[in-house]
Amino acid sequence: MRQFDFMGKRRLAFFVSGALILISVAALLFQQLNLGLDFTGGTLVEVRYAAPVALDTIRQLLESAGYQNVSVQTFGATTDVLVRLQQAFDPAVGEQVIQALRQGGESVDLIRAEFVGSQVGDQLRDQSGLGMLVAMAGVALYVAIRFQYKFAIGALVALVHDVIIVLGVFSIFQLDFDLTALAAVLAVIGYSLNDTIIIFDRIRENIRKSRSEDMPMIFNEAINQTLARTLATSGTTLLVLLALLLLGGDTIHNFALALIIGVGIGTFSSIYVASALLLVIGFRREDMIPAPKENAEEDELP
Amino acid sequence: MLNRYPLWKYLLILCVLVAGLIYALPNLYPEDPAIQVSSSGGATLEESQVERLRDALSEADIAVKRVESDDNSALFRLKSDDDQLEARDIVAEMLDDDYTVALNLAESTPAWLESLGAAPMNLGLDLRGGVHFALQVDMQAALTQRLEVNASAIRQLLRSENIRYRDTQVEGNSLTLAFANAEDRSEARELIGNQFPDFQYENRDGGQTAVLAMSLTQQQIDEIQDYAISQNITTLRNRVNELGVAEALVQRQGPDRIVVELPGVQDTAAAKRVVGATANLEFRLAARPDTPDSETETIAFRNDESRTAEVMRDVIITGDSVSSASTSFDENGRPQVNINLDGTGGTLMNNATRSNIGRGMAVIYIDNKTRTRMVMEDGKRVEKRIPYVERGIISLATIQSALSNRFRITGLDSPTEADELALLLRSGSLAAPIYFVAERTIGPSLGQANIEQGVLSVQIGMLLVVLFMLVRYRAFGVVANLALMTNLILLVAAMSMLGATLTMPGIAGIVLTLGMAVDANVLIFERIREEIRAKLPIQQAIHAGYERAFTSILDGNLTTLLVAVILFSIGTGPVKGFAVTLSLGILTSLFTGIMVSRAMVNLSIGGKPLKKLWI
Repeated sequence: MRQFDFMGKRRLAFFVSGALILISVAALLFQQLNLGLDFTGGTLVEVRYAAPVALDTIRQLLESAGYQNVSVQTFGATTDVLVRLQQAFDPAVGEQVIQALRQGGESVDLIRAEFVGSQVGDQLRDQSGLGMLVAMAGVALYVAIRFQYKFAIGALVALVHDVIIVLGVFSIFQLDFDLTALAAVLAVIGYSLNDTIIIFDRIRENIRKSRSEDMPMIFNEAINQTLARTLATSGTTLLVLLALLLLGGDTIHNFALALIIGVGIGTFSSIYVASALLLVIGFRREDMIPAPKENAEEDELP
Repeated sequence: MLNRYPLWKYLLILCVLVAGLIYALPNLYPEDPAIQVSSSGGATLEESQVERLRDALSEADIAVKRVESDDNSALFRLKSDDDQLEARDIVAEMLDDDYTVALNLAESTPAWLESLGAAPMNLGLDLRGGVHFALQVDMQAALTQRLEVNASAIRQLLRSENIRYRDTQVEGNSLTLAFANAEDRSEARELIGNQFPDFQYENRDGGQTAVLAMSLTQQQIDEIQDYAISQNITTLRNRVNELGVAEALVQRQGPDRIVVELPGVQDTAAAKRVVGATANLEFRLAARPDTPDSETETIAFRNDESRTAEVMRDVIITGDSVSSASTSFDENGRPQVNINLDGTGGTLMNNATRSNIGRGMAVIYIDNKTRTRMVMEDGKRVEKRIPYVERGIISLATIQSALSNRFRITGLDSPTEADELALLLRSGSLAAPIYFVAERTIGPSLGQANIEQGVLSVQIGMLLVVLFMLVRYRAFGVVANLALMTNLILLVAAMSMLGATLTMPGIAGIVLTLGMAVDANVLIFERIREEIRAKLPIQQAIHAGYERAFTSILDGNLTTLLVAVILFSIGTGPVKGFAVTLSLGILTSLFTGIMVSRAMVNLSIGGKPLKKLWI
């Protein structure tokens, strides 16, 4: 099988990673995230039709009138409809919505138009942030115990790297960041971590098997050995995500997009951030297997 | 022998699969629109009452599919969604305040499945809708409560400075204090003015007395109201979480309303009772014989209205100071609520009880209720709301020793009441009373077209994974795909058993978990290929492939599981829901990816002399 020299290109990869992080952080600082209806709240409009109307017709009317992120629901009776818009409330919104709906030719009345607060409180935002930090600390601790603390640093930096870049993409393109997108970011953490650990596991196995001190060589070998697996798993996951992105409609569009970026970046970072970083912080064979102990072990082996 | 499982392993896998199938099955049965009636207090629901309600419904041409009832609740299953609102109104009008009438979507799981404890997953607000409650926050009451607290503090201040006062009254947005003469008043005005600088002060003539009126400024009123709304939203979110309803929606609507939307909760009547509950506790000292009347109040006992007691008007602490609460039973088997106070509450309680050993202390249960009556006005039926406060002493005990921040209260009617009181104390109290102004069923927030698109994309995604595995691993791809199907069944079963709520992002999350779940098999199969390339005999290659891939799979999944568990324990609402799906997905995929796929390989080709492996 062909062997790729992954570690030889690490300087280029660091440069790419650094540039992506820089752009993402700048975007997050200067134009923030475009938070969705779940986070910002907006306007709620209740209307009553004279006769039942298909909700999809209402959606189309509102979208052609330029309203984005509209949620349309029946409200009790089939003639009563509740519309939520991601638009700051002002007293005229109700009338504007009614005007837009009357374009459909049906008789419709405004019952009420009011602002609605965000669906997620500050509590959720703070706790999610805290949760992510604790989760990362937990992962670092686990990896430090199961592997070695330098691996923990690699895994941690790779996670932060992935999360920042995914958020960065949302910020740069001002994509709607709602609860679904938040779920996607959490999923990226899980995915990228899994990928990193699989490669770490092979690196550990190879260090134990070989007596070589040439870490870049061992790393390359491990990455090449797991390459078929990496491609197969990323491949299946991307297949699912592409189906969701292309066919799934508005609701899961951003979820799928965040994950496609995340899976791509996560695969890249497993190789070039998590693993390559170990070389930068001076990972050596002795970190994994203390020199004197190693001889004793060898003696016991048959 | 290599690649053979002992019989018990096959049996174990078979048992798990059968259990998975049974618990996943209820998801295939649709739900009925229903009206749920339940008694809130000690009242029972008689068979004859249920019959009467049923007759009234059929008189109104509402087709009732089935009625299920027991001693204190009844469920009327209807044939059509359109009748639900009308049926609710009919039933509600025939029953008095002791009963809660709520809209419901009742599952129709067959009895044999139900007897095994199987129930379908709830579908979220986006996929199926649910119940929508609009709650009005009583802003005037928020102001009155704030003024009462200030009045209590001012009375203490005046007493400690030995300024005599006659009376304190809260009226509208102001608080009036009556003094015997103008000298006392000016002294008090200076003292209070320093401590409460945000009020507008005004001297009034009260005939016999000199009156000082202090009014809230507009800015203060706005602040108090904003605080009341946001505090109430937080409390309602906590309550909904305590009810175990995932993926609910709680948001502010307009200046003084809160919307609560719950996806198909099973017991809407209980949900309504807990969401709308306004109960709180007050701890007050009993009056001494020599306490002046202006400082005391007569309150009746809750379970015996003829018995009353004189208690102080000043409140030591309220339920707001409770940091945690749980229920248990006392020595006589009666329900009790165990209470832990927060730091400030504990200090206040300790100070008050330390100097009053031997005196009585009353625990008062307060409920801000609203009566809703339909009245005819100008030939139209209009809802009228009359707010009223129910106050009753639930226990009056002698203080034996100084109380700290932990104690228990007894005197509650039933374990259910104790449970609900503990829940309310835990989730924090409401800063202002609330009452229901609207209750409707709400349709799914996603359009039918959107849902269909989503489901289609999910199916195609699954199909692509299946094809990919077949093409890449051929015979072993079949094994992986069968493992994937069992994984899906087990995941659905586990989520149903936990009562998880399924939303569109949740479905996408499940599919993603499945996409990632094939990872275990990919790792194993790639390893087997590697071992075959290394010229290992076929059976040994299979064995080594499973063995060596195992640590990788375990490490990878355990770290991800760790993340999920932490997110679950710290996160709230949607984050929690996601963590549940993720952790269940990891557990089921570990089982199917390793055990089930191995069992299939062992059963079909294990131990057989093979020349070539279709991998």
